[in-house]
Amino acid sequence: MPRIGIFICHCGSNIAGTVDIEKSIEAARGFPGVVHVDEYRYLCSELGQDLIKKAIEEHNLDRVVVGTCSPRMHEVTFRKAVTEAGLNPYLLEVANIREHCSWVHKDIEKATPKAIALLRAAAAKAALNDPLVAPSVEVEKRALVIGGGIAGIQAALDIAEAGYIVDVVEREPSIGGRMAQLEKTFPTLDCSACILTPKMVEVAQHPNVSLLTYSEVEEVKGFVGQFDVKIKQKARYVDPVKCTGCGICYEKCPAKTPSEFEMGLAKRKAIYVPFPQAVPNIPVIDRDACLYFRKGRCQICAQECPPQAIDYEQQDQIIERRYGAIIVATGFDQMNPSHYGEYGYGQHPDILTGLEFERLFNASGPTGGKVVRLSDGKPPKKVVFIQCVGSRDKARGMNYCSKICCMYTAKQAILLKEKVPDAKSYVFYIDVRTAGKGYEEFQRRAAEEYDVAYLRGQVGKIFPESDHLMVHGVDSLSGKTIEIKADMVVLAVASVARADAPEVGRLVGINSDSYNFFNEAHPKLKPVETHTAGIFIAGACQAPKDIPETVAQASAAAVKVVGLLSKDMLQGEACTAEVNQAECSGCLYCEAVCPYSAISPVEIEERYHGGTLKRTVVEVNPTLCHGCGSCTVVCRSGTINLKGFSNEQILAEVDAICLQR
Amino acid sequence: MRYRYFPGCTLKGQAKSMEDTAMAAAAALGIELIELDEWQCCGAVYPLYEDELISLLSPVRTLAAAAGEPLVSLCSACHHVLKRAQELMQRNQDARHKVTDFLEVEYSGEGRVLHFLEVLRDDLGFDKLTEMIKKPLEGRKVAAYYGCLLLRPSKVMQFDDPENPTIMEDLLKTLGAEVVKSPYRTECCGAYLSVTEEGVASDTVARIIDSARQAGAEALITACPLCRYNLENCSREDGKEPIKVYYFSELLAEAMGLPGESTGADGSKEEVAQR
Repeated sequence: MPRIGIFICHCGSNIAGTVDIEKSIEAARGFPGVVHVDEYRYLCSELGQDLIKKAIEEHNLDRVVVGTCSPRMHEVTFRKAVTEAGLNPYLLEVANIREHCSWVHKDIEKATPKAIALLRAAAAKAALNDPLVAPSVEVEKRALVIGGGIAGIQAALDIAEAGYIVDVVEREPSIGGRMAQLEKTFPTLDCSACILTPKMVEVAQHPNVSLLTYSEVEEVKGFVGQFDVKIKQKARYVDPVKCTGCGICYEKCPAKTPSEFEMGLAKRKAIYVPFPQAVPNIPVIDRDACLYFRKGRCQICAQECPPQAIDYEQQDQIIERRYGAIIVATGFDQMNPSHYGEYGYGQHPDILTGLEFERLFNASGPTGGKVVRLSDGKPPKKVVFIQCVGSRDKARGMNYCSKICCMYTAKQAILLKEKVPDAKSYVFYIDVRTAGKGYEEFQRRAAEEYDVAYLRGQVGKIFPESDHLMVHGVDSLSGKTIEIKADMVVLAVASVARADAPEVGRLVGINSDSYNFFNEAHPKLKPVETHTAGIFIAGACQAPKDIPETVAQASAAAVKVVGLLSKDMLQGEACTAEVNQAECSGCLYCEAVCPYSAISPVEIEERYHGGTLKRTVVEVNPTLCHGCGSCTVVCRSGTINLKGFSNEQILAEVDAICLQR
Repeated sequence: MRYRYFPGCTLKGQAKSMEDTAMAAAAALGIELIELDEWQCCGAVYPLYEDELISLLSPVRTLAAAAGEPLVSLCSACHHVLKRAQELMQRNQDARHKVTDFLEVEYSGEGRVLHFLEVLRDDLGFDKLTEMIKKPLEGRKVAAYYGCLLLRPSKVMQFDDPENPTIMEDLLKTLGAEVVKSPYRTECCGAYLSVTEEGVASDTVARIIDSARQAGAEALITACPLCRYNLENCSREDGKEPIKVYYFSELLAEAMGLPGESTGADGSKEEVAQR
């Protein structure tokens, strides 16, 4: 017979105000197996905990039930207290008589019997509690960063500087991400490349960092401390050891195709580095554009390459590595605004998105840094910027504010004025949102010193008329319609999640919001954690954000990873599923529903009528199991049990509530 | 293909030629348009007031009379009113009960409400129509003018892309005309302001015509008697060659080689199938 002690907390008047403590004590004394009952004003206090510890010793208790707040609040506290008194922590049971009873009821006459029933149920379950031991998991002291933009670079550098090995996987041939595409950065107008490339070089040369560019994560298995990851390193068809980065191959290559880095505004070769400062400076061959791969002849790059680094026979390689923690920093995309028919995007070369326009400022961009109309090569004298294209638009776009557009539009208007001094900019806006250090001042400078006309309103129609673009809009402050004969139109389109974000989320096992941005574990207090232990997020894959915020988040994620990797062992989950193989029929329903791939079929041999019989049953890998309980629900023979929540224990609780004396 | 047909008042008067030519084309194409018995005015713009149920009675009577069969109109404005009244009756159950109780009618409200252009595009198909073109409008430079009523609100009208519609251009292509696109093809013609604020309507009409002319159009087509009225009567004297305005059905009948005549907005008549 167990020796159960019950302790009832008043929680000030939180519980005692609605539950008759005296009556509850009286009733609890009569529960089977209960040898000691006590109460205290604040059980979670040091004195309250001491009360429990002393009682365990004095009354030789081997099970403890506390009638308190939700186990989410203080289960850990009381488990620690009973452990200190020499009991296994899983021999403690919490009856939630606050959130489940006193807080939701007013009538003490009715709440008291309910609290008693909850206590009786907890005592009935506690009688069946077994001591459990959580398995320990060894931590692999290596981190993986997915995405080599500024977020991934910053996170990798911080982890590496803390002394841990980190791999950066980047899908493109070079690291650098979106920031590498920018000309200047607000609000200080630093040259983006000038502040980014030193970091790119630093991360590439750091002894603790391995760059896996032109690579993609194929599979993630395992759990915090021990993620087993398969990475596909795509064939570059260039030997990275032999290649000197001289650039003769792409100079001589005859095949051209639109450049992704230049947003399709310029062409690149079939063998290419995406931009001059690429890291690593090793070209790749784009099979879809290469004449040799498409038609079987050409091979000019191979003939011209001085160190003979071209290798058409190179194959994709699968790298399998174990990591203790993962940071997802996969960045964002621009919305394609083609469905806004009134803006005519895609129908005229002088209607551009913000990122496309940005490339015109860049010395290595499609126009060699000259800000000119793509239609006729003339510098634009009147440029209309339209904000919130696809942002803050419930009907046709995204409900959210993309956050960076007000600032980069002001930046581009300033840069335009500097490049084309007689240019005039018009900005159609809904609200100007410039929260951030130095941001408001920056935007005011655009309006006051750079003669940018801010028009509060929207554009209804853009169409070509002779050699300019007619822009019809409305200024909602004056109530007047506005017509501007513009030379160029720049659309500040919404920042959106990467098209393959849901796939990446499934791959690594994290969830997303309705816009496919990855979800943080808590919007305020766990901004870089995810609901999956050991996986963290940073940068614009979580929500639209600017560079300072991205960098801050990346460093935060790195700190979390470093904290995790600094431990040698992690405590696993004690409440895992266990199967009685003698009763298992091998239907494998549990294998199908397990979200953690913790259940697998296994062949066993059994003695049967004198002979032996081979049959399939399942086994549970306790280190993979998270204790969600899905398998116990689908098990047809009811033979999978969750430790700490066995069928027997739960039925005992139900009986204790229903079968009142 | 069998449809109930709602003409609307204008098609029996000023826009008679739209009805005549459309009916002739429909007959030749095997599209049966059966005119509703004892139909009445669509209600003009009044049923669009959502807080005044009494003005809904007229279009709801018409919708009820179609008794679930597809209902076709030719006039953009009538089609617009019927389509929106139908949508309101689906969306606002309270209005639906009050109006049907008052009228004491069986209202199913489920039938399709179509413009004749949609019948040509979706039910017949422009491919099929191509086979029936006997006198293609070769060398004729024609621009489509949509106006507002067919396209907006696009969620209710479900007619075509409100910014970049193609249905009339596709029709013109089918008829063999040289299609001219003008940026003002979906702008408002000025509507009833031609009566109260003629200057406003003249401005809008001048822009529509100028932009069509600049784009190289010699003629415009429309599906709306009011648009045509404004385009013909509110254009300013500018000494330039006026642009001819047709109902889409007039050019349809002409290309199909059907006899018919165009009635100008001033009531004067002109042979359209002489070529």
